[in-house]
Amino acid sequence: MFQRTLPSLFAATPASWMKVMVGVKRVVDYTVRVRVKGNRIQSEGLKMSVNPFDEIAIEEAIQLKEKKLVGEVIAVTVGNKKAEEVLRTAMALGCDKAIHIVTPEGEAEGLEPLAVAKIFQKLHEEIKPDLWILGKQAVDSDFGTTPQLLAGLLDIPQGTFASKVEVSDGKVRVTREIDTGHQIVELHLPCVIAADLRLNTPRFPKLPNIMKARKKLIDSRDVSSLGVDIRPRLVREAVMEPPPRKAGVKVKSVEELYDKLHNEAKVI
Amino acid sequence: MLRRTFSVLGGKVLVVAEMHNGNVAPSTLAAVTAGLKVGPVSTLVAGKNAAKTAAALANVKGVECVLVAEGEHYEKGMPEEYAPLIASVVKDGYTHIFAGTSAFGKNVIPRAAAKADAMPITDVTEVKDDATFVRFMYAGNVVCTVKTSDPVKYATIRGTSFERAPTEGGSAEIKEVAATKAGGTSRWIEDAIAATDKPDLQTAVNVIVGGRGLKNAENFKLLNDLAEPLKAAVGATRAVVDAGCCPNEMQIGQTGKTVAPNLYLGCGVSGAIQHVAGMKDSKVIAVINNDADAPFFHVADYGLVEDLFVAVPKLTSMVKK
Repeated sequence: MFQRTLPSLFAATPASWMKVMVGVKRVVDYTVRVRVKGNRIQSEGLKMSVNPFDEIAIEEAIQLKEKKLVGEVIAVTVGNKKAEEVLRTAMALGCDKAIHIVTPEGEAEGLEPLAVAKIFQKLHEEIKPDLWILGKQAVDSDFGTTPQLLAGLLDIPQGTFASKVEVSDGKVRVTREIDTGHQIVELHLPCVIAADLRLNTPRFPKLPNIMKARKKLIDSRDVSSLGVDIRPRLVREAVMEPPPRKAGVKVKSVEELYDKLHNEAKVI
Repeated sequence: MLRRTFSVLGGKVLVVAEMHNGNVAPSTLAAVTAGLKVGPVSTLVAGKNAAKTAAALANVKGVECVLVAEGEHYEKGMPEEYAPLIASVVKDGYTHIFAGTSAFGKNVIPRAAAKADAMPITDVTEVKDDATFVRFMYAGNVVCTVKTSDPVKYATIRGTSFERAPTEGGSAEIKEVAATKAGGTSRWIEDAIAATDKPDLQTAVNVIVGGRGLKNAENFKLLNDLAEPLKAAVGATRAVVDAGCCPNEMQIGQTGKTVAPNLYLGCGVSGAIQHVAGMKDSKVIAVINNDADAPFFHVADYGLVEDLFVAVPKLTSMVKK
């Protein structure tokens, strides 16, 4: 409440009251290898974690807050009941508030990026954040589309594959990782940032903060309350494991390696 | 012959082209090949002096029509400018909007899809029919076939999964399209691009990759020495890029680049899931690692358990001979 009324009084320093929303997804831990059985991805019982790119997004938002460029960081997740745990982690790391859009149980990867982006669009209209920081991709479905879809739906600029973010005077300067090196773009607020690996090194939550985060309130809403059509556009016709490569050989010496590559594989 | 095939296929494809100094990007050529599986292909090129670069696209075999939009605001591939342009062009009845899976394609295609209320399909490795596509999930450990119900299909195409359309032998018609107004909410500042005379990682026939075993940036010289006679590109794992030994554009893996060269030679690379996701379609995989238990030995066609600091220089001198 307080924060909503203040900017008009202190119009000269609106940047210090910036509001940031970070998207967080609960995914199968990146170190775990999933298996496919009976045309289903076997993700039950596997170790789950915060999507690694989202940890980087959270860290960036917290750092902006520590630099007093941001007043409030709100973490949001779209997922089943268990997804609450990633919001607890986000709050233990320093996010001020958390919103959980609760979806029915089901496939591990949850809703499609388009549905998630539409949910975020609704939240944007309600909360009016200045900045969204999302991970550049979720390591389960590997789509890498939610930030761009959100920016497109809201018709606001996007800074994808960000390795550096500088906020000043209502603008964000984003250094992006592109195929040939780096690119710097300047975006008007509000905008959407998609965090790449090199943006920062996420911190670990401290135990007292983990305890405190357990008691914090989560704004939990059922997905049906948002009036967003979440029916999937893509039907999974088949899921399989990729064909295994045929077993290779171990060679004993550099000479043998050269011989195999030169005479057998004929690649050098 | 081609004509007849087209009449059976119901699609009408627009490939959003990525150009570098007047040359068509390899991933765009792969997207043209993917597009021809569902219908006649048009390409879209935009920028300052786009008409000039359009000539290169018109020569690409299989392309029927090249759409040209002139405008300085398209010059740097900004998605805020491209998405409205694509939206204005799609109205001409296109059913498929493709681009290569590149930093450009990944940036632009989903934003354009949002404008059309479509769910984009990224990094397609196979086109089954006009609505059914194959892609990987979970760092390449799951192959998923999806059928889309979107009337217009937006997708990025994995460059290493499709042959590149030949850059000669085409004779496309060149058509100008109206430029959309500049958005003005984003501004390109600069590109910091490493000047290099070495082969491009994603199109090189041979690729040599260094992992944590290289220890520091200076030691990459060993790989460069071997790469030269092999005309190979040099890549890196995430660990060494994070350590600051190599620039990010050298990273191969789930979140970096995907390569599928004739020869992939990994030196001091352990073979983490995330790295393997970016190179497992290589024709021949060879690994040099002093750790006999490295998971990469299960993936490699040829594995050598030896200190890379001994083995690589030795191999270099043998190759030179």
